[in-house]
Amino acid sequence: MQFWMIWLCKNNFLTPCPSPQGRGGKDENMPVNITINGTKIEAEAGQTILDVAHKHGFDIPTLCYHKDLSPTGNCRMCVVEVKGGRFLQAACVTPIWEGMDIQTHSPKAIKSRKTSLELMLANHPQDCITCDVSGECELQDLAYEYQASAPEWGSKGTRYPVNADPNPFIRVDMNRCILCRRCVLACAEIQVRDVWGVAKRGFEEQIVAGAGMTMLEARCESCGQCVAYCPTGALSNKMNYGQARAHQVTKVTTTCSYCGVGCQFDLLVKKGKVIGVSSNPNAPVNGMALCVKGRYGYDYIHHPDRLLKPRVRRYLLEGKAKGDIRKSNIESSSGDWDWVETDWETALSITADKLRATRDSSGADSIGVLTSAKCTNEENYLMNKLARQVIGTNNIDHCARL
Amino acid sequence: MSNSMDDVAANAQALFIIGSNTSEQHPVFGTMLRRAIRKRGVKLIVADPRRIDMTDFAMMHIRQKPGTDIALLNGLMYIILEKGWEDKAFIEERCENFDEFKATVMQYPPEKASEITGVPVEQLYAAAEIMGTTKPMAVMWAMGITQHIVGVRNVMTLANLQMLLGNMGKPGGGVNPLRGQNNVQGACDMGGLPNVYSAYQPVINEEVRAKFAKAWGVNSDQSSVNSGLSPKVGLTVTEMIPGILENKIRALYIMGEDPATSDPDSAHIRHCLESIDFLVLQDIFPTETAAFADVLLPGTSFAEKTGTFSNTERRVQLVRQAIAPLGESKPDWQITAEIAKRVIGDQSSVTRKIDLDAPWAKWEYKSPTDIMAEINALTPSYAGVTHARLEKGERLQWPVLNAEHPGTPILHTKAFARGKGKFMPIDHVPAPELPDDDYPMILSTGRVLYHWHGGEMTRRAKGLMEVYSEALVEINPMDAEKLGVNGHKTLRVTSRRGSIEAEAWVTDRVPPGMVYANFHFPEASANELTIAALDPVSKIPSFKVCAVKVELVK
Ligand code: SF4
Ligand code: SF4
Ligand code: SF4
Ligand code: FES
Repeated sequence: MQFWMIWLCKNNFLTPCPSPQGRGGKDENMPVNITINGTKIEAEAGQTILDVAHKHGFDIPTLCYHKDLSPTGNCRMCVVEVKGGRFLQAACVTPIWEGMDIQTHSPKAIKSRKTSLELMLANHPQDCITCDVSGECELQDLAYEYQASAPEWGSKGTRYPVNADPNPFIRVDMNRCILCRRCVLACAEIQVRDVWGVAKRGFEEQIVAGAGMTMLEARCESCGQCVAYCPTGALSNKMNYGQARAHQVTKVTTTCSYCGVGCQFDLLVKKGKVIGVSSNPNAPVNGMALCVKGRYGYDYIHHPDRLLKPRVRRYLLEGKAKGDIRKSNIESSSGDWDWVETDWETALSITADKLRATRDSSGADSIGVLTSAKCTNEENYLMNKLARQVIGTNNIDHCARL
Repeated sequence: MSNSMDDVAANAQALFIIGSNTSEQHPVFGTMLRRAIRKRGVKLIVADPRRIDMTDFAMMHIRQKPGTDIALLNGLMYIILEKGWEDKAFIEERCENFDEFKATVMQYPPEKASEITGVPVEQLYAAAEIMGTTKPMAVMWAMGITQHIVGVRNVMTLANLQMLLGNMGKPGGGVNPLRGQNNVQGACDMGGLPNVYSAYQPVINEEVRAKFAKAWGVNSDQSSVNSGLSPKVGLTVTEMIPGILENKIRALYIMGEDPATSDPDSAHIRHCLESIDFLVLQDIFPTETAAFADVLLPGTSFAEKTGTFSNTERRVQLVRQAIAPLGESKPDWQITAEIAKRVIGDQSSVTRKIDLDAPWAKWEYKSPTDIMAEINALTPSYAGVTHARLEKGERLQWPVLNAEHPGTPILHTKAFARGKGKFMPIDHVPAPELPDDDYPMILSTGRVLYHWHGGEMTRRAKGLMEVYSEALVEINPMDAEKLGVNGHKTLRVTSRRGSIEAEAWVTDRVPPGMVYANFHFPEASANELTIAALDPVSKIPSFKVCAVKVELVK
């Protein structure tokens, strides 16, 4: 029964639209005159209805469409009414043609969208209340906007195992999947890795990694692109699952601390703690794309090994000379080489006194400064100034060579 | 990089990757290139002894013997010249020293290049044809080119190739070294090098010294040991640490670096660090180097501070503070400033005099924005890079010559920095340590996708450890079979300097006769084995080639 309904909807609605040439065969470079909701628009040829609508500020809801990915036209959320057309047209895949007269929110379009949503919800667990992406779920937002809820007859059972994949970063719950295929395209077109594919047809249709294996077996690089593009909670982040919802975090845009590509992203902060990373579509270098280190390598920030207080060796506090303390201490365990936590003033003045004394007694060139490829430009500049102005040596370097 | 990453991805017709494991080391750029290959049909040539992931997308994989890049490139250029594929107009108008260069290249007929590199002659011809007939071509490389005793010569040879093909200063072309760590570029730009101040202003140049002396309130000459700015090029990290044993270096101030892990020949490094008079280490973790430190100062991670990083394409981007510094840790700029103020000390009693009324002599920075103002004043290529502009969303790639200048996405469009591009005649030099009867295999070292550098950060990231939790040594199935390695076996890899044990990963990613190891795990770090032989100019160690023997442990 459900199978048939979905089949019917899909196939009826998916009647291929006439090609622009088929409707008058105009010169490609000629502007195309169309009307959207009564407004006349002169548009560039070769665009889709959605392109033109977005450019001119008309809202058309979408779900499977994403501007970074090839349009597939399979969710039917973007349907619009075209005057004289037998069927509603999917705006994301339908090219404009001369004289097209479009209604984005005709009663027929609205009803159709609502029905499409209800069909999706019929196969979607009703667990928004505990879902991690509630609040940033595109299905939820549209269901709210169109006041669609799961139909009476909907399947409410769990069809697939929740948290079905052992990937340490990505949580897979295909019960929540609406088969929009954004993950498939994100992996194929952004990451160019082809991990996700579509298996079976009709009600059985599902998204699978490789030939039904685990993601890592299917050569997943754990970049999280598929998660970033998934509009629902079907793919979500495992490391911070259950830790916060969208409205409970502050986003701070910053630059990755790992490699020289210089990706930007948002750090997700909750109660003074970094609990995750999310793509920032405006990132100049990378857009939504990140790699596994940038997206999921953030937990070192709060690792218990972090140094939280200055430390000095005990011999320094006791005014002893270093001599052989380090070596002999390991044998005699006299404690002179032990760490002692101190306040900043103590640690800083010991450091400054030692550096100054070394400079004065052995010359500026007896001091070496290693600055850091992990620190900021401002910090590196200061190390350069410290070596040259304060100490008087050019012995400064960092691990560029290593 | 002479060109931007998006420019290469959008405009190159061919890509030549040599000595860069792009998809693991610069992953997002790797995917940009993969997209260009899939969507636009760009032709990729990879030259790498290992079958790295990028080779899946390559039209051709050249598997030269490690350490034979110059012979390979000269051989290719020989064919390009033979076939007349060089860009004669570009060479004529923009370059010099062509004849001398050509004479050297003529010493590398394909048969000879093939003999040195192990690459079949037909493949050399096929590769040269792609390069000669598909333009523009962008060249990308990383440590696989520079971490050799001939690193600088390798780079010059690649510049020769791109000048010969006329691929310089053009969209989709250029010479594009991929900088490793997030801010290696910035650390170099800011004068974190022994020979230059910020923006590569040479320390040996009197005018430059006079400029900084005036700005910083010190003498421009060194009348006594401890006054003025030193006119002498300083020591590199690979000289400083061994310099401890020679009593040249008595104290070290290290910020956010871990030489005990990242430098070659770890055993020797540890021995040096043990002997230092005073070592202050500023970092976020007690790294391997901390064992040798006298003082440990807690800096902060990037999430706890504000400032800028400069990426591999010279793009300066904001780092924004997301959380307060953890515990009592402080942003590194504050710590350095506090130390500086205390070393400068009370000017009435110290020996080194600094005129604190000079325009940029003081260390009273309220925020990194103040530091950037000083950088703007003293660093021509960063003159127009301000936090305010970046905050407004302006996209700036240096040189940014003033507050209105839009930045420079592609370098050398009209002329090279030094006027004409100079062809350099460069000969192949064998690696300093090649296999022999005692150490019959070649070891090459590098990194893997899931880890970073000495692993200080990534070993503390749970998920990354779940996917890649221990050091693996890659070994070819043929060698594995000889050793009787199948399934989970531990190998002992020994060089003249040390020995490590790690699990074998039997894979044809490495060619027969070669093993590959990383330095992310201190318990089995490849740097126990590597040789501290340095490139004479860059002082970069020869991480990519040393001789080892491999045994089965269990
Ligand atoms: S994490 Fe990346 S590589 Fe893995 S399936 Fe998702 S998009 Fe593909
Ligand atoms: S997993 Fe997400 S992105 Fe993929 S098809 Fe399902 S809902 Fe769409
Ligand atoms: S996200 Fe990955 S590719 Fe991007 S800067 Fe960070 S480490 Fe590099
Ligand atoms: S958004 Fe157009 S069909 Fe899905």
